[in-house]
Amino acid sequence: MTSSSALLDHAPARVHDPERRAGARVETLALTQASPPISADETPPRSPAVRAAVPWRPRSIIPGFGLTLGLTLAWLGLIVMLPLVALFARAASLDAHRLIETVLSDRVLAALQLSFGAALAAGLANAVFGSLLAWVLVRYRFPGRRLVDALIDVPFALPTAVAGIALTALYAENGWLGAPLADLGIKVAFTPLGVFVALVFISLPFVVRTIEPVLEDLSPEIEEAAACLGASRWQTIRRVIIPILFPALATGFALAFARAVGEYGSVIFIAGNLPMVSEIAPLLIVIKLEEYAYGEATAVAAVMLLISFALLLAINLLQRWSRRHMERR
Amino acid sequence: MVRWILILISLLFVGTFIVLPLVTVFAEALRQGARAYVAALADPDALSAIGLTLTVAAIAVPLNLVFGVVAAWAIAKFEFRGKSLLITLIDLPFSVSPVISGLIYVLLFGLQGWLGPFLSEQGFKIIFAVPGIVLATIFVTFPFVARELIPLMQEQGTDEEEAALVLGASGWQTFWRVTLPNIRWGLLYGVLLCNARAMGEFGAVSVVSGHIRGLTNTMPLHVEILYNEYNFVASFAVASLLALLALVTLSAKSAIEWKIGRGLKGRGH
Repeated sequence: MTSSSALLDHAPARVHDPERRAGARVETLALTQASPPISADETPPRSPAVRAAVPWRPRSIIPGFGLTLGLTLAWLGLIVMLPLVALFARAASLDAHRLIETVLSDRVLAALQLSFGAALAAGLANAVFGSLLAWVLVRYRFPGRRLVDALIDVPFALPTAVAGIALTALYAENGWLGAPLADLGIKVAFTPLGVFVALVFISLPFVVRTIEPVLEDLSPEIEEAAACLGASRWQTIRRVIIPILFPALATGFALAFARAVGEYGSVIFIAGNLPMVSEIAPLLIVIKLEEYAYGEATAVAAVMLLISFALLLAINLLQRWSRRHMERR
Repeated sequence: MVRWILILISLLFVGTFIVLPLVTVFAEALRQGARAYVAALADPDALSAIGLTLTVAAIAVPLNLVFGVVAAWAIAKFEFRGKSLLITLIDLPFSVSPVISGLIYVLLFGLQGWLGPFLSEQGFKIIFAVPGIVLATIFVTFPFVARELIPLMQEQGTDEEEAALVLGASGWQTFWRVTLPNIRWGLLYGVLLCNARAMGEFGAVSVVSGHIRGLTNTMPLHVEILYNEYNFVASFAVASLLALLALVTLSAKSAIEWKIGRGLKGRGH
């Protein structure tokens, strides 16, 4: 009994005394029957040398590690890893000369350029307007604030095909926004500009949602201190707020960019899809698949995936850097 | 003063980019009146698309729910090496374009794929049939529940479970009576997002489905087919159902956030 209450007392901290812990464990196991019962004289070895040879995770009384980890790895392996391995195996089995020829062909280059270029532009636009939106939502009170906050998530929840046809109808030359823009001589639908608009729509929530928590945690005292020390509003923004926001902003931008690059459904309706002009890379993959040119489709997909993986790595590194940077403060 | 200008700009931005497209969906759907709207939805192909969408979601969401809980338990309750690699792998479907998500299944199960010829000899048709659609949907909605639960369970720690075990509960009892009630709102949140994505997925399903009307068309694919035939009212009618689903998802999401105290805090001036 004393051992189990000792365990309760020490539950949050890791007890480093191997003997005490081993002793407590035996009692607990016997009590809970969470694992097959160990007889009292089968106490775990107490010498440090044996403990050093312990497996790759510390012991825990919580059951189910093997089962849950096994299931997780199995599901992950079947659904995610196996198909991805198939993709890379296929890409690796391609004739290297043909692979490079495909990827460097004019049409593919134009498509990649449009996909990545429009995504970059949309990410930047969202970085600016998303920061503004996050600022307004966190710092100011106005009627409808909660509604606007809920609306920010619409591009995230709305199916991409629905977004695609809605944006096309809106920006077509007889649409609600397209008509006045056409009068000004700006054609949005069926041009690369339409691609840009669609990408701004679907990547909007990422920047806002990444910045909001940081802004919420930003205490007004910092700004007040800066004002007390004589900084103008603009100086405060430039030297105090933006450096604090920058890691989150960069992360949000990267997330928005990654989403925009791969976007298919919202873009193909408004894009016009003319090869070399307004054809995005995912559409090119689909076209090659329909022509049964599996090899070429794989090549383009592999290039896109490599860039996406690089982005994921960059996001992870950015987050780690920003966390370390913030902790140093 | 500056404040109101900024608020105005933000409202204009949100209004132009978010509200207008939403309104357009419903306006276009009802352009020819309510009767045309209902007729479009009662069309047999539309009904079978709705049925297929519901079926796919009914399979994919529970599977990913179970997986999400299992993965979150393994990750949050235990310390082991390689944990961050595992989390990165779980996040993988998020960073992959939907078209590529479909492509990888075609490469695996298509007629020129690895397992395709073998399976079709056994009589299993995966690509260009419903199983392929289910698989692609499972892939893209894979991380939602896990991503929601992992930080939540990590925050909650293992104290309560350890206490329950010490007091004599078995593993299953601990899970059902201690863990599950603690995570129920996060779980619901994750399931909502998973479901919204499962029903609305377009790119991945488009690649694997073969677009066979009445058989392998989900609602988003049906929207595309109708739109390409210039049947705008019908297309927007089906789209409006999906938009309604999105709005319901968002309201439920806001309700849950309000309930657990997340979302915008009160601070403002």
